[in-house]
Amino acid sequence: MRTLIYFFIGILFGITMFKSEAASWFRIYEMFQFKAFHMYGIIGSALFCGAIVTYLLKRFNISSVIDGEPIVIPNKESGWKRYLFGGVFFGFGWAISGACPGPMFTVLGAGFLPILVVIASATLGTFCYGLLQKKLPH
Amino acid sequence: MIEFLLQPWPWYFSGPMIALVLFLLLWTGKSFGMSSNLRTLCAAMGAGKKVSFFQFDWKAQRWNLVVASGAILGGFIAANYLSSSTAVAISPETIAQLNEFGILDAGQSYMPTQLFSVEAFGSIKSVFLLSLGGFFVGFGARYAGGCTSGHAISGLSNFQLPSLIAVIGFFAGGLIVNHFILPILF
Repeated sequence: MRTLIYFFIGILFGITMFKSEAASWFRIYEMFQFKAFHMYGIIGSALFCGAIVTYLLKRFNISSVIDGEPIVIPNKESGWKRYLFGGVFFGFGWAISGACPGPMFTVLGAGFLPILVVIASATLGTFCYGLLQKKLPH
Repeated sequence: MIEFLLQPWPWYFSGPMIALVLFLLLWTGKSFGMSSNLRTLCAAMGAGKKVSFFQFDWKAQRWNLVVASGAILGGFIAANYLSSSTAVAISPETIAQLNEFGILDAGQSYMPTQLFSVEAFGSIKSVFLLSLGGFFVGFGARYAGGCTSGHAISGLSNFQLPSLIAVIGFFAGGLIVNHFILPILF
């Protein structure tokens, strides 16, 4: 039952990524060229609504609808190096592949099979981070 | 309504839908962060035997792999049953610029054929670009502790300064590559 719930949330997410065109390489390219408002509108309105959702869940101490446990929205660890350096690396990849880790799966479902190369190398990239983690500045 | 859904969704509908996904995941006791799945995949393939970063109870993260599986099916449904056309109407300026790079289907398709049609598997350049891009996405997302969903949406919605730094990094890296590297690569 729980599995089914998360599967449906995933379907909703996948449809949203495809129909919003946030999963399109062209939209990401255009976003970095500042040639259209579309992607900024998506991120901005998602944030506006997301901030309200997050605030209300915290303000009214809403518990999980599944098991009644309190909803915990953890703060990110403080610091800046990992966020800035990691973020820049992520941006390099985002601009080349036009794909974030969510839309990657959507694009696969939409039938663009070469995205498998992106998913495989992103998994490899994650593995390499694990290998180097202790040597990298955080 | 159906007619509206079959068109490309405008930003003011798409953004709130993403917030709905965030709400549903938080409300069911989880979090919205898709790049964690890549770490879970590594752990599921046995990376924990060699690298401590992958030594965790990955089975507790199965729910997120289920979300990703749903995202695959969602992409299939949207592309095949919820779209009267999948051409992405990017701006004429962007189309002209991409045409100069030899990307001739800009404005006419969802993804550039050069990179995402089955023929791309046979092109060394395409496979190289896809591998390079994917590698940085995976490496950078884990280094930064999250991607667009974890930092740009979840983190900023919770007013987290680290997420703001990460998002500034996303755009700094993206802008550098988009403006200075892509013209060379293409």
